[in-house]
Amino acid sequence: MTEEFVLQCPIPLDDNPTVQMGHGGGGRMTRDLVERIFLPAFSNDLLAPLHDGAILPPVGGRLAFTTDSFVVRPLFFRGGDLGTLAINGTVNDLAMCGARPLYLSAGFILEEGLPIKDLWRVVRSMADAALAAGVRVVTGDTKVVDKGHGDGIFINTAGVGVIETPLTIGPMSVRPGDVILLNGDIGRHGIAVMAEREGLEFESDIASDCAPLSGAVHALLEGGVEVHCLRDLTRGGLTSALVEISESANLPMRVDEEAVHVQDGVRGACEILGLEPFSVANEGRFIAFVPAKEAETARALLGSDASVIGSVEPPGDQPPFVRVRTALGTARILDLPSGEQLPRIC
Amino acid sequence: MKYLDEYRDAATARTYAEAIARITTRPWTIMEVCGGQTHAIVRFGIDTLLPPQISLLHGPGCPVCVTPLEVLDQAVSIASRPGVIFCSFGDMLRVPGSQRDLFQVKSDGGDVRIVYSPVDAVQIARENPEKEVVFLAVGFETTAPANAMAVHRAKEEGLSNFSVLVSHVLVPPAMEAILSSRHNRVQGFLAAGHVCTVMGYTEYEPLARRYHVPIVVTGFEPLDILQGIYLCVRQLEEGRAEVENQYSRSVQREGNQPAQELIRKVFTVVPRKWRGIGEIPASGLGLAPAYSVFDAARRFQVDSQHAEENPECISGLVLQGIKKPQECPAFGTKCTPMHPLGATMVSAEGACAAYYKYRRHETAPPSAPATTGGATP
Repeated sequence: MTEEFVLQCPIPLDDNPTVQMGHGGGGRMTRDLVERIFLPAFSNDLLAPLHDGAILPPVGGRLAFTTDSFVVRPLFFRGGDLGTLAINGTVNDLAMCGARPLYLSAGFILEEGLPIKDLWRVVRSMADAALAAGVRVVTGDTKVVDKGHGDGIFINTAGVGVIETPLTIGPMSVRPGDVILLNGDIGRHGIAVMAEREGLEFESDIASDCAPLSGAVHALLEGGVEVHCLRDLTRGGLTSALVEISESANLPMRVDEEAVHVQDGVRGACEILGLEPFSVANEGRFIAFVPAKEAETARALLGSDASVIGSVEPPGDQPPFVRVRTALGTARILDLPSGEQLPRIC
Repeated sequence: MKYLDEYRDAATARTYAEAIARITTRPWTIMEVCGGQTHAIVRFGIDTLLPPQISLLHGPGCPVCVTPLEVLDQAVSIASRPGVIFCSFGDMLRVPGSQRDLFQVKSDGGDVRIVYSPVDAVQIARENPEKEVVFLAVGFETTAPANAMAVHRAKEEGLSNFSVLVSHVLVPPAMEAILSSRHNRVQGFLAAGHVCTVMGYTEYEPLARRYHVPIVVTGFEPLDILQGIYLCVRQLEEGRAEVENQYSRSVQREGNQPAQELIRKVFTVVPRKWRGIGEIPASGLGLAPAYSVFDAARRFQVDSQHAEENPECISGLVLQGIKKPQECPAFGTKCTPMHPLGATMVSAEGACAAYYKYRRHETAPPSAPATTGGATP
């Protein structure tokens, strides 16, 4: 991913250093962009015909289908960029359905004046991320908007995956007694992007956790774990994932704060900014709900960074709160943030 | 993690809680002044570790909560004007004025920016000489030095496109207002460690003597707060009323003198209206005459029309320690962080918002539907 792609940009930068309105006009400039940027990066036999849509072979199972749009400022941050997010975000949504991700579409909205080398860098990241996740980008679209009417690049990806397990994976399958597993430390993506965006300098280098989760989910399912529910932690972090599933399943949960790993750099940044690590964004973390008897198997399959962070309680006479046991042994509840988390005054 | 984990150690916390229980022989009511301490108490459940005789009341020390509606309306009015870049700390953007908040101004096309320091706003003014750059200067003595520094730098550089909308407040006059009220229940105070880092604690000594009330300068981590409560209870039990310094790793009696000098240079003490409480004499900071040219209220001629608070809101009583959030009939029903009726629900550090966020289960009705009030994803 760090290879010298700037030098390899197949559009001669001297002729066209930036995206022009004509690149979205459907004429020669559009074809130039497709043939010299998108085709070389995403090269595969389903995309190659450049037809109005991709014609996919039968996949032999239930399909999962999802879509997500990606906007981030800045486009590049430590540990990833818009391109890695655009692939991994949709791959992960498919994985959370218990599906093996197969095919993605990619729609680009480019802002006039965007440096072509930035587009090339993002597209190369997408190609690398797709390769790593084992998916193919098989159809796409490009539009260009006037300068000032976009934020560099907006990307939408939609994806389909095949569900090879008979399990129904979702909040409806969560049961009292299930344990909740988390696959690693939390909060790095949100802090990495915020640090880049706001020009904050921390002593430690915090890199985004952006990664495909399909391999980890595949390992659980192949390992025979009876997975009840999966949810990737994106905006709203661990808090939103737990509260939303608790509300959907209408079941209370308990979480042990000390079982949730947060890197020192992330903790420090959150302390300084007045943010709650539980509510900071991630792009490579998920929680899994499995029967208690399978907790150890599942944890082993997810690797040494994974931990059991809590469990699902029997329904009570109150609304289904998520209760956190704090480091002091006291209890509090988790609550969805009202909006974006905002740095506090003091 | 250094400077964090050692102040959150569960075993030491239990030791302190047991020590507090051992020395407590009768009921005592203690107020923590600062919203940051309120937040920590409720988030870590520190009050639940205490013996039942100790009641904690949550004080007026949340700058977001006590900023009056009129100032928020002025901010909205200035931020809505073309050619203005309006800069603010993040958590002020969500606070509703009588009509709108700054987020709405931003979505309507206003140039509203979150900054982490007022000095960043000065930099924005340097980089945008054709724009008027305004910073919303609110907060207690904690934020006053940095805000003073911003204005001072702007003056030194002759930055004529920079100004501040000031609504600074001071802690000791608010404590005195609480102590002199006939409804007062407070028997001891935990003073705010960061305010005292700047100001020292000599100005609390006359208060302790005059009202015979112990005041313990206290930090913000769980063990700081437990130790502060221990020292306060020990004074109460022994009949002493002194100023003690729990937060000695940061606070000295005389405080940060260069910071105080800068505050005195740029600001002057003025009467100030506190949201939910009303006007308290000599309880705020305004720009000193030599710096009045940087006063955004004057530069933009925003009038301070009286704005009406919602009559159902009891935040004034909460801020003065007379009522607890759950005693309000609107708490968690009509009044939530998404639809706050008043001061103490609008900020993350307001007592009502802290109880809503961390303790709602204690007051929740035993019914399944209409569960949590938070945002939809």
